[in-house]
Amino acid sequence: MNNNKFTLRIPSRSSNESFARVTVAAFAAQLDPTLEEISDIKTSVSEAVTNCNVHAYPKSIGMVYISCEILKDNVIKIKVRDKGCGIADIEQARQPLFTTGGEERAGLGFAVMESMMDSVRVSSKQGKGTIITMKKKISQKDNAR
Amino acid sequence: MRISSTGEVLTIYLNGEIDHHSARAMREEIDKAIDFNMPSLLILDFTEVTFMDSSGIGLVMGRFKNLQKNGAKLHLTNLSDNIYKIMKLAGIERLAVLEKGA
Ligand SMILES: Nc1ncnc2c1ncn2[C@@H]1O[C@H](COP(=O)(O)OP(=O)(O)OP(=O)(O)O)[C@@H](O)[C@H]1O
Ligand SMILES: [Mg+2]
Repeated sequence: MNNNKFTLRIPSRSSNESFARVTVAAFAAQLDPTLEEISDIKTSVSEAVTNCNVHAYPKSIGMVYISCEILKDNVIKIKVRDKGCGIADIEQARQPLFTTGGEERAGLGFAVMESMMDSVRVSSKQGKGTIITMKKKISQKDNAR
Repeated sequence: MRISSTGEVLTIYLNGEIDHHSARAMREEIDKAIDFNMPSLLILDFTEVTFMDSSGIGLVMGRFKNLQKNGAKLHLTNLSDNIYKIMKLAGIERLAVLEKGA
């Protein structure tokens, strides 16, 4: 299964958020994850894709690129990329409760991704876009189940 | 979304997935019910919620602020393990009583 991968390109419509997380979860299923691991992956993908829809392309529809790859040792790598506005100060953006999204956003998307995945890398350029790269090792079958 | 009210207590049974896509309609419906019933306690029941991300946290925090105007309290009941985990991460237990599901 090593090196198995796929890429998905979808418009930044909110109705695609569910499609994106379910698709990644279905791909991750080949690693035989626990229900909790599947839920963590779904939630993290939802956070990253929602950020593209809400923040990267606030006034228009742009494309969101999602790619997933199975690495060695049962690790899944998930990349979510947009060509939107970019993040001015990444360190500030990652702070829990920091949001530019107004009243109805909690500013916890990055905190959720960080707590559910093993690593979250953010690279961004203002006016160019943002790439979120997340990795998670899926527990092996014989481990505590 | 099912709503039941006994005067003081307003119970709203949320269902389906709570994400950025669905949160807006839920927010509008909950706020309408709060404005109409003016409860002293709002119970949001999560039994039938199958997914929630940070949009759900925003939804809960926003409703908490809304209730605070009248000094009303907020309870979140029947939280699945995954949803409970997200609520705790957000520190929602400081705003609302959290109750796990069976
Ligand atoms: N893809 C992106 N493009 C541009 N800005 C982004 C992107 N992702 C995040 N940001 C910025 O980082 C901030 C923090 O993101 P985070 O997901 O933690 O919180 P939020 O989206 O504001 O709220 P929540 O996720 O809790 O609904 C956002 O408010 C936004 O300013
Ligand atoms: Mg977010």
